[in-house]
Amino acid sequence: MTTTSTQANGSGGSAAPIQERDRVTVRFAGDSGDGMQLAGNRFADATAVFGNDFSTLPDFPAEIRAPAGSLAGVSSFQISFSKHQIFTPGDEPDTLVAMNPAALKSHLSALAKGGLLVINEDAFTSGNLKKANYPSNPLSDGSLDSYRIIKAPITTAAVAAVEDLGLTTQNAERTKNFFALGLVYWLYDRDLQPTLDWIEDRFGRIPNIAEANRRALYAGHAYGETTEIADAHVRVPPAVLTPGEYRTITGNQALVLGLITAAHLTDLELFYGSYPITPASDVLVELAALREFGVRTFQAEDEISAIGTAIGAAYGGGLGVTGTSGPGIALKSEALNLAVMTELPLIVLDVQRSGPSTGMPTKTEQTDLLQVMFGRNGESPLCVLAAKSPGDCFYMVLEAVRLAFQFVTPVVLLSDTYLANTAEPWPVPDITQLESIDVPYRRLEHVSAEDFEPYKRDPDTLARMFIPPGQPDLQHRIGGLEKSDITGDVAYSPENHQRMTDLRAEKIRRIANFIPEVEVDGPESGDLLVLSWGSTYGAVFTAVNEARAAGHEVAHAHLQYLNPFPRNLGDVVSRFRRVLIPEANTGQLRMLIRANFLVDAEGYNEVTGQPLSARQLTERITQMAAN
Amino acid sequence: MVLQTPPLEPVESIIPLAEEDLTRKDYASDVDTRWCPGCGDYSILAQMQRGLSNLNVAPEKMVFVSGIGCSSRFPYYMNTYGMHSIHGRAPTIASGLKLSRPDLMVFVITGDGDALSIGGNHLLHVLRRNVDVKIFLFNNRIYGLTKGQYSPTSELGKVTKSSPIGTTERPLNPLSIALASEATFVARSFDTDPQHLTATIERAARHHGAAFVEILQNCNIFNDRAFADYTDRNVRDERLLYLEHGQPMLFGEDKNKGLAVSATGLRVVDADGPDAGLILTHDATRPSPDVHQLLARCSYPEMPVPMGVIRQVTTPTYGDYLDSQIEVAKFKNRHDVAQLLKGRSTWQVE
Ligand SMILES: Cc1ncc(C[n+]2csc(CCOP(=O)(O)OP(=O)(O)O)c2C)c(N)n1
Ligand code: SF4
Ligand SMILES: [Mg+2]
Repeated sequence: MTTTSTQANGSGGSAAPIQERDRVTVRFAGDSGDGMQLAGNRFADATAVFGNDFSTLPDFPAEIRAPAGSLAGVSSFQISFSKHQIFTPGDEPDTLVAMNPAALKSHLSALAKGGLLVINEDAFTSGNLKKANYPSNPLSDGSLDSYRIIKAPITTAAVAAVEDLGLTTQNAERTKNFFALGLVYWLYDRDLQPTLDWIEDRFGRIPNIAEANRRALYAGHAYGETTEIADAHVRVPPAVLTPGEYRTITGNQALVLGLITAAHLTDLELFYGSYPITPASDVLVELAALREFGVRTFQAEDEISAIGTAIGAAYGGGLGVTGTSGPGIALKSEALNLAVMTELPLIVLDVQRSGPSTGMPTKTEQTDLLQVMFGRNGESPLCVLAAKSPGDCFYMVLEAVRLAFQFVTPVVLLSDTYLANTAEPWPVPDITQLESIDVPYRRLEHVSAEDFEPYKRDPDTLARMFIPPGQPDLQHRIGGLEKSDITGDVAYSPENHQRMTDLRAEKIRRIANFIPEVEVDGPESGDLLVLSWGSTYGAVFTAVNEARAAGHEVAHAHLQYLNPFPRNLGDVVSRFRRVLIPEANTGQLRMLIRANFLVDAEGYNEVTGQPLSARQLTERITQMAAN
Repeated sequence: MVLQTPPLEPVESIIPLAEEDLTRKDYASDVDTRWCPGCGDYSILAQMQRGLSNLNVAPEKMVFVSGIGCSSRFPYYMNTYGMHSIHGRAPTIASGLKLSRPDLMVFVITGDGDALSIGGNHLLHVLRRNVDVKIFLFNNRIYGLTKGQYSPTSELGKVTKSSPIGTTERPLNPLSIALASEATFVARSFDTDPQHLTATIERAARHHGAAFVEILQNCNIFNDRAFADYTDRNVRDERLLYLEHGQPMLFGEDKNKGLAVSATGLRVVDADGPDAGLILTHDATRPSPDVHQLLARCSYPEMPVPMGVIRQVTTPTYGDYLDSQIEVAKFKNRHDVAQLLKGRSTWQVE
């Protein structure tokens, strides 16, 4: 292994030749108070403007401020950017920015040997080393010899740059993230302008803070320029993306935009009942700021109330939505079943997180699939969808709303922590090109009392005749007791319960006639199909392509519709000798596929709280393909 | 931010009145009632239909939402829209409905177990938020539907099926809970005084804001005569205090007793005695619920049991605030979905 240790000496001007690379992954790691999320987001912005494709992965502790310098308090932000289209934030970073010993300790293992370390040497004090459980200083004990290192006095240099601005020591030191950012901008040839604009926008009203951040940014950049840093100056050419107008989007932002757009496309008012919970809270918070769109957000006293209010809004004919994460779904189950029995168009967002119980609130997992499928008493079928990328959250909300109204049913849309927080470039949809969403009850406005029965069904969809309160002469009562077919009266007869159970199941099955078939990427039949769902799309897509590049023939299919499955799915899985299902759980989709289609599907499962690793998955796929 | 205080509007301005005169029958559905013969719920149903017909609001503009319990079967018997929902959660469904459909009158029917045990949390919050829904709690101090277990209002030591040698827990006072939540309308009535019940229901329905009415209801199967000591016809005058806003707090066959403030709460004084001048005049509109709380705590046998509207204050509802926020935001801010989709900044890929 070649090892280069580049000692930055802080003097001398050199123009190290710039190298071109296809893709680079950088991870910023520091204390929660070091502003790493901010630095990462600014870097993403500058990257977007530069024209690379990119994907980000913020990772932060559940504690708002763990003790400064502690291992528990490390917060990180990874960004991968490329001249090609990319689908994951990258497995291993090429560059790790470590703002203190705890950050180095927590993240060094992710850095490939020979990778570049950017270190804030000021933070490597004996106190901080102790907090990170370092017996000796890694900067001097040789343990980092297999990496390339830029040791920079980030704190002192930042403080020196802002010296005469009259800031408190604390505020002066706070600018160190901008210094680090400036240095990384130099390394990767980023334009400072988008960040300077942002500083003005954000801090313009506090001139000396704005000026301090600007100076720290410039100083970091100049530090890169004037310091001899061998083969670290890298340029990733812009990606060739489909022409159009782009913005950056995270999954949670896409959920918010999807809901507002769905309200527009249905011409209904949005009601969002929710109780704060990581990682779904942003949706409540962002919607609450959009009153001008007629949005009624309701911060309920608990998740039960949150779904209750959403059911009330849906019953009233509005766009009733509730959003939460796994623990909240558990609380909502009984009310969700009420929506199943009363057959109301209700949207439930589940931004999954790591469990069981409180689990790891800020970490990702795909472990609620079976909960939303089956976690209710009785035979309780409902529609389940899952988004595959941050931007896809937008389109899947529209799908959820379309199906909820067309079939008069609750629909659960699964996202997760990873999608919620990951940012990617997103082509801004043209609102005029989006199809309006039909609200069938509007056509019942003039229905006569003779023609109205609350549980009379549409012959194609089996959707019941739902009309909200207010219409004269059609007064009727619904509820959680078993309903008589057609009339909706309370009914206890054995035949009726069997018929209603069958009808509720059949209604959900028929959704399959109104959703797209699953597409197979690669050969239509053969030895190996990789079948994925939800947020693992990017990692699986990447791994499948790597395996193909290594000469293997592998097919990939991805599910956005989990209940019902696309109608051709059984046929697709039966055409392959082996089926591999990668999931960030212990095999929930695999259980469903095996049960539904009697295929001996195999699993690739990681439950680490982190997104699936494309690299390890590639190994597994190549192994299987070679056999 | 200073909350915009919208003007308060009478029922009629929000919910259109029916064209012809409506009667009790217009509110009765054709579903057969299923309560035990002699159950107090029958009388409440009749008085509800009568009381609402006085409002002359069309039945299709009314929605009854209930939880689970004998009492919660109520919506089936009303010729209005309705939802018989799940145990304890009716206030949440009613809140979502009323906030998104201000044009409807929304009622909640609940029991002592439904409202104070499994749904206790929701009751506090719907009252605190002053969502414009009318809540009727049928208090029979027992779980009727599940066949006679004690409830959160059953008295300490009460022998029931699930407390064969008596309960070991103290009861909640529903009115105290409502007042502690700063409910804007708090009243009590009972099943065997049709006139008083009808009037109380009508007043609650006309209140702008969350209304809470405790209705003492006899469960003749599992807790018969639970309130008979003070509601029986022959003892009522002596043992009940019928409250009227603006009237002195007098009771007794010849109105010969009244309530005055004592060092520890309220006390009974002789209306013809030396302390007659200290007898309180009922002020339901007092912003502070202090005296209302003292009234709520009056219980038999030490004190007369208060009936009627204990508290009625007018403040903007949750919906008033929410709607005015929306109106102001629509006036002040752009609301163009296409623009929203673009976010803070976009870039062009050629
Ligand atoms: C989740 C749930 N738990 C328990 C029950 C059983 N249950 C039905 S009604 C009831 C108590 C009802 O008592 P109350 O609210 O006082 O109404 P009442 O029947 O006395 O009118 C219980 C425990 C239920 N339906 N749902
Ligand atoms: S059990 Fe009691 S409350 Fe229930 S219907 Fe019978 S009498 Fe009424
Ligand atoms: Mg009861």
